[in-house]
Amino acid sequence: MPKVTYIEASGKKHEIQVDVGLSIMEGAVQNSVPGIDADCGGSCACATCHVYVDEQWTEKVPEITDAEKDMLDFAFEPKKNSRLSCQLILEDSHDGIVVNLPSKQG
Amino acid sequence: MNIKTDALVIGAGPVGLFSVFELGIMGLKAHVVDNLDKIGGQCIELYPDKPIYDIPALPKCTGESLINNLLEQIKPFKTEFHLGERVQSINKNNNNWVVETNLGKKFETPNIIIAGGVGSFEPRKIPLEGVEKFDNTNLFYAVRNKEIFKNQSICIFGGGDSALDWAVDLSNICKKIYLVHRRDDFRAAQHTVSQMNEISKTGKIEVLTSFQPKELIGEKLIEKVRITNSNSNEDKLLKVDSVLAFFGLKMELGPIAEWGLNLDKKNIKVNAENFETNEKGIFAIGDICLYPGKLKLILSGFHEAALCAKSCFNRARPDEKYVFRFTTSSSEIQKRLGVKNDNK
Repeated sequence: MPKVTYIEASGKKHEIQVDVGLSIMEGAVQNSVPGIDADCGGSCACATCHVYVDEQWTEKVPEITDAEKDMLDFAFEPKKNSRLSCQLILEDSHDGIVVNLPSKQG
Repeated sequence: MNIKTDALVIGAGPVGLFSVFELGIMGLKAHVVDNLDKIGGQCIELYPDKPIYDIPALPKCTGESLINNLLEQIKPFKTEFHLGERVQSINKNNNNWVVETNLGKKFETPNIIIAGGVGSFEPRKIPLEGVEKFDNTNLFYAVRNKEIFKNQSICIFGGGDSALDWAVDLSNICKKIYLVHRRDDFRAAQHTVSQMNEISKTGKIEVLTSFQPKELIGEKLIEKVRITNSNSNEDKLLKVDSVLAFFGLKMELGPIAEWGLNLDKKNIKVNAENFETNEKGIFAIGDICLYPGKLKLILSGFHEAALCAKSCFNRARPDEKYVFRFTTSSSEIQKRLGVKNDNK
């Protein structure tokens, strides 16, 4: 079970073991990590599960689709390493992944 | 003049529409209000083409086909929709509620059914501190009267259809348009992108990609806009008369949050028997409601619609006895649906 570290904008860390096959968004919501709203429930149709993927992991997560890029236009303060966490489905190889949460969701 | 109705349904998504059906077969009339300018809620606004696999007896449908089928189902009831309108305030009048919308329309009803999903869709504001003070002075999130932009220099933020359509349209009357977008790709229709690029050759539209807003400068009015390049971190200062921002829509509970209902974050607490809130005659169903064991599924919302309709009947027809009927056998329901009983 890969371990995911969620870091809130305030710096507070949450280390959570999340099942393979779940998304980083689901891992947060199911474990009450604050700061991920996921209004649309994971259909890549809002921008409220926005995270910044740690630079060391940006190449290792699933590639970004055009639909996700479009949606990220609506995220609060998007950056180069911005992703929608509902699109980041966990595999064993993601053990130790770190994501930073924005100060607020769109 | 108050519009009198048996029930006011807030939200024209799948659950709101099905509650119209459940009310209708009992002979209750409903009006529906939705902040969006079209029927369908999230199903249409967020995922019209995405397949849905968990509607009972429909192995696969799309948001759009689901809504179209629901509209077909409620057709016999000739329901009135009040679109592009948002419920604002409520007041008690004996056993009734008087609900007023942002356009001043008033409904008087014993039953309010809030089927508001994750709230109403509102334009997403520019993500900068303190920009609210410019709201509707010379910062706009929609174009209501384009004449005010005549001979102006304006800055348009966004990369979708709204932003580009208006850039192209307003280039006919504006002095100068800066179109600012955070990346090189646009979400807009290809022909609009080509049109914009064509106009930009004349200098009338200046397309600034990989830029994001950093500061809106001015006292009462925005005079300058500072934008920053996300690759080079270089700033650019634009002198403008107005700013238009098209950052899509977000979902907010809106004025409903002030109605004195028991809330848990963006959800309204209800009992699981008839989905009534802490206020008599105000029900919440679908994604917006919360009770122990709640699942945010469309099918759960349908169930909630049926049960709350029964309570609505008791409030709207206090002198009549509620009778449980099947659509397969009740001639009364079939009459309301305008179908003949072919169940011979």
